[in-house]
Amino acid sequence: MLFTSYQFIGFVILLVALYYVLPKKAKWPLLLLGSYVFYFFAGWKFLFYIAGVTVITYVAALLISRNKNRADARFAELKALEKSGEGAPEECGKEARKRYKESQKKKRRRIMGVGITIALLILAVVKYTNFTIHNINGLLSAFGSSQRIGFLTIALPMGISFYTFQAVSYVIDVYRERHEAQKNFFKYALFVGFFPQLVQGPISRYGDLAKELFTPHPFNGRVLERGLERVIWGYFKKVVIADRILTAVNTMIDTPENYKGVYVFLVMMFYALELYADFTGGIDITIGIAEMLGIPMKENFERPFFSKNIAEYWRRWHITMGTWFTDYIFYPISVSGPMLKLGKWSRKHLGEKVGKRIPVYLASFIVWFTTGIWHGASWNFIVWGLGNFVVIMISQELEPLYRRFHKRFHTDGSTTYKTFQVGRTVLLMSALRLFDCYRDVPLTFKMFGTMFTTWNWKSFGNGTLLELGLVRSDYVILGLGTILLIVVSMIGRSGSVRDKMEKKIPFAGRWAIFYVLTLVIIVFGAYGLGYDAAQFIYNQF
Amino acid sequence: MSEEQNTRKNKCKRVALVLALLVLSALLTYAVDLLLRPKYMGEVTEGALTAEYYQAKGRHQVLFVGDCEVYENFSTVQLWREFGINSFIRGGAQQLVWQSYYLLEDALRYETPDVVVFNVLSLMYNEPQNEAYNRMALDGMRWNSSKWNAIKASMCEDENMIDYIFPILRYHSRWNELTSEDFKYWFTKDTVSFNGYYLRTEIMPAGEMPPARPLADPKFGDYAMAYLDLMTELCQEKGIKLVLIKSPSLYPHWYEEWDEQMVEYAKAHDLLYINMLNIAESEIGIDYNVDTYDAGLHMNVTGAEKCASFLGKILVEKYGITSARGDKKLEAYWAEVEKRYDEAKNA
Repeated sequence: MLFTSYQFIGFVILLVALYYVLPKKAKWPLLLLGSYVFYFFAGWKFLFYIAGVTVITYVAALLISRNKNRADARFAELKALEKSGEGAPEECGKEARKRYKESQKKKRRRIMGVGITIALLILAVVKYTNFTIHNINGLLSAFGSSQRIGFLTIALPMGISFYTFQAVSYVIDVYRERHEAQKNFFKYALFVGFFPQLVQGPISRYGDLAKELFTPHPFNGRVLERGLERVIWGYFKKVVIADRILTAVNTMIDTPENYKGVYVFLVMMFYALELYADFTGGIDITIGIAEMLGIPMKENFERPFFSKNIAEYWRRWHITMGTWFTDYIFYPISVSGPMLKLGKWSRKHLGEKVGKRIPVYLASFIVWFTTGIWHGASWNFIVWGLGNFVVIMISQELEPLYRRFHKRFHTDGSTTYKTFQVGRTVLLMSALRLFDCYRDVPLTFKMFGTMFTTWNWKSFGNGTLLELGLVRSDYVILGLGTILLIVVSMIGRSGSVRDKMEKKIPFAGRWAIFYVLTLVIIVFGAYGLGYDAAQFIYNQF
Repeated sequence: MSEEQNTRKNKCKRVALVLALLVLSALLTYAVDLLLRPKYMGEVTEGALTAEYYQAKGRHQVLFVGDCEVYENFSTVQLWREFGINSFIRGGAQQLVWQSYYLLEDALRYETPDVVVFNVLSLMYNEPQNEAYNRMALDGMRWNSSKWNAIKASMCEDENMIDYIFPILRYHSRWNELTSEDFKYWFTKDTVSFNGYYLRTEIMPAGEMPPARPLADPKFGDYAMAYLDLMTELCQEKGIKLVLIKSPSLYPHWYEEWDEQMVEYAKAHDLLYINMLNIAESEIGIDYNVDTYDAGLHMNVTGAEKCASFLGKILVEKYGITSARGDKKLEAYWAEVEKRYDEAKNA
C-alpha cells in the first residue's frame, strides 16, 4: 500500500473516521490494528520481522526494568539493614552496596546487549547478507578462485531500518533510565509499528511519542484541518515535483554513457530536488496523518538547503536519524573506555591540539560509516557516508583559515557570503548524493569527472532536455513548483507557515488555498496510467 | 444570548460554511473533470457512441451489440427507410463480449427489443485487451450495477475502478493536450452517430489481407463463451430473439474452426447464426471494390446499407418485425436523423 495509492488514501480516511467515532478505550487498539493491517498489505511475511523485533525488545526492556526495580529495592533493603546495624558491613556496607549496584548494572547491560544484538542481527541478516556475499565473491575472484557463494533470496521488509532503530533506542533508553519499560505489550507494539512512520520515519523516541499515541484524542476540527493541510502539502511535493522529475533522473542515470558532462550536473541538481521533495513530502504526509489523529510527532527537517555548511545541513536534514546516531553511537563511543584511553595516548604522543581530535574524528568516522551502510547495503552508500565525514572534517580543519579570511576581508555575516555558503552547501550535498544515483563507486567518480572534461553545455539550448522523458510543460510545472517550495521555506524561516496562515487568513480563504493545491495535485500530479507509481526513496533505506 | 447558545450558533455557522465550501469544491472539481475528459468529437468519435443510446427515442425493435463490425457495417437509417424498423447499435471499438453483454443488460433496463443481433467476432478475445478501448466502450454508460460489472470484467492489469468513478484521476494528464474542441464541447456534445451507426463515405477497395496465422487453440475461450451463454439466457428470460452474425469484414480472419463452433452453438441453443462473410458478394451484393472504406476491414455507407437491407429482410420475414411508422413522435425523430444522415452522406 503505497502512500500515493488510492487504497492508502481510503485506508487513512477510514481509520481517521473510525478513530473519532470509536469510544476512548478503543482508540489506541484501533491504531495498532490499522498499523498491522497496513503492514500486512506490504507483505504478510514481513509481519514476522516487525513482530520479532517487537517481542525481543519488549522482553529485553521489561527484564531491564524489572531488574532495576528489584535492584533498587534490594539496595534500599541493604541500606536499611546497615542503618539498623543488623547486617554485616561486608554484606550491606557502602562498598558491598556499590558492588551489588555495579553487578546489577552489568546484568542489565548484558540484557540490553543481547536484546539489541538480536534486533540488529535481524536487520543485518536481511539487509546485509547479500552485500557480504557479494564482497566475499569479489575477494575470491581477486585471489583467483572460481568458487562463488550463491546469493540468498531475502526481501527487505518495509521500514525495517526505521522500526529496528526505534526499538533499539527504546531498550537503551530504558537501560539509561530515561523512562520505565512499557508493560502492556500491545501498547509497545503500537509504538514500534505506528503505521505512518513505518515507511520512512521519523525515527521516534518512546519518551516523545508513546504518551500521545495512547491518549484518546477527542475530535477537534482545527487539529484535523492542520493535519490535512500538511498532508496535502506533502502530496504536492511528492506527486507533483518528486515523481515528475524522477523520469528525467532515471533516464540520465540508467544510460550514463549517453549523459555525461552537463548532464551529470543536471543529475546532481535534479536528484537533490527529487530527494528533497520525496523525503520531506513523505514526512509531511506522515506527520500530517498523525496530526489528524491528534498525535504530534517530531519534526525531521528544518529547511536543510538553507544551511551554511554540511555539519549544519545534517542538523537540519533527517533530524531524528542524526540525533539517533549522535545519542546511540557517537556519544557512547566517545566516552567508551578504549576511546578515552586512545585520547589520552594521542594527546601524550601527538600533542594536545592534534591528540584531542583523534577520538572525536574516529567516533565521527564510525558514525558516518554506519550512517552510510544504514542507508543501503552497497559501497556507494559507504563511500557517500565517508564523503560526508571527509567534508565535515576538512571544513572543521579549515575553520581557523576562514576566521583569518573573514577578519581580513570583513565578509562574515554579509548577505553575499551567506548566499555563497548556502550555494556551496547545496552543491556539495548534491555532488555527494551522486553516489545514490550511479550503479557503483568507480562509475560515480568517472561521471563526476566528466563534468570537467566533457563540455556539452550547448545541450541546454538544443532541445536535448526534452528527450529526458519530460516535455516543456513538465519543466514549467517543476519550475513553478520549485519556486513555491522555496517561497514557503523562506516564509517558514520565521515560524510555522500554517500558524501564520491561521492568524492572517480566514477559514474560507485557507480552504480555497488548499482546495487549489489539491486540484493542482490531482491535475498536475505524476500518477496514474502512463506514470510509474514511485515508492518513496527513503523507504528503501 | 447565553454563551452556550452562542457556541451552538457558531458551530452551526461553521458546519454550514464547511458544507457550502464542500459543495462548491465538488462542483468546481466536476467542471474541471468534464473539461479534461476526452470529447470524442474530432477524429476519434467512437468513444461518444455509448452515451448516445440514452438520447435515442422510442422502443427499439432491434438492438445490435458488438464491435466495429456492427457499428460500421449496418445502417440503422436504411433499416428505418426500407422496413420502418426502429433499431439501435450499442457497439464500440473492439467491444468485448462481456461489454456487449453488460451494455445489453443496461439497455434492457429501459426497453425490451424484439430481436438482439450480436456480432460474434469479439469471441476471439478471452481477456481484457486495451484500456483505451475499455474507456471508449464504458465511460458513456450510465452508472448502475451493469456498468460496475462491465468495468470489473473489462479492467486491464493496471486499471483501477476508482479511475472510472472519478474520471479526472484517469484523464488529469490531458491538461497539456487540451484543444479548442475540449472547451467547445465542455458541457454539451454533438450527436455523432445515427442510432449507433458510424457513417463513413470514403471508398478504398479491398486489398490483399495478411495470411491467416495458425491458431494455437481453435476453441473460443471459456470466459468469452460464458458471456455468450449469459447473453443467450438473458434474451431467453426476456423473450427476445437472439441472432448471431458474422459481419462481412475481411479482417481479422474468421477461421473455419470458429465458424463451426458458432454453427454448433446456434444449433444447440436454437438460435439463428448467419455468416454474412460467406455470402457477402453472392447474396448481399457487397462489392469489395466500392463498398468498403478501409480496404475490406469495414463497410462504407453503401456497404452498410446493403448489409442492413439483407438483414432487415430476414428480420421481417423470420421474426415478423413490423414497421413502426405511424408513431408521429418517432417519425419526427427519424426525419431529423435521416436529414443528418443525408447531409453526412452527400458531404
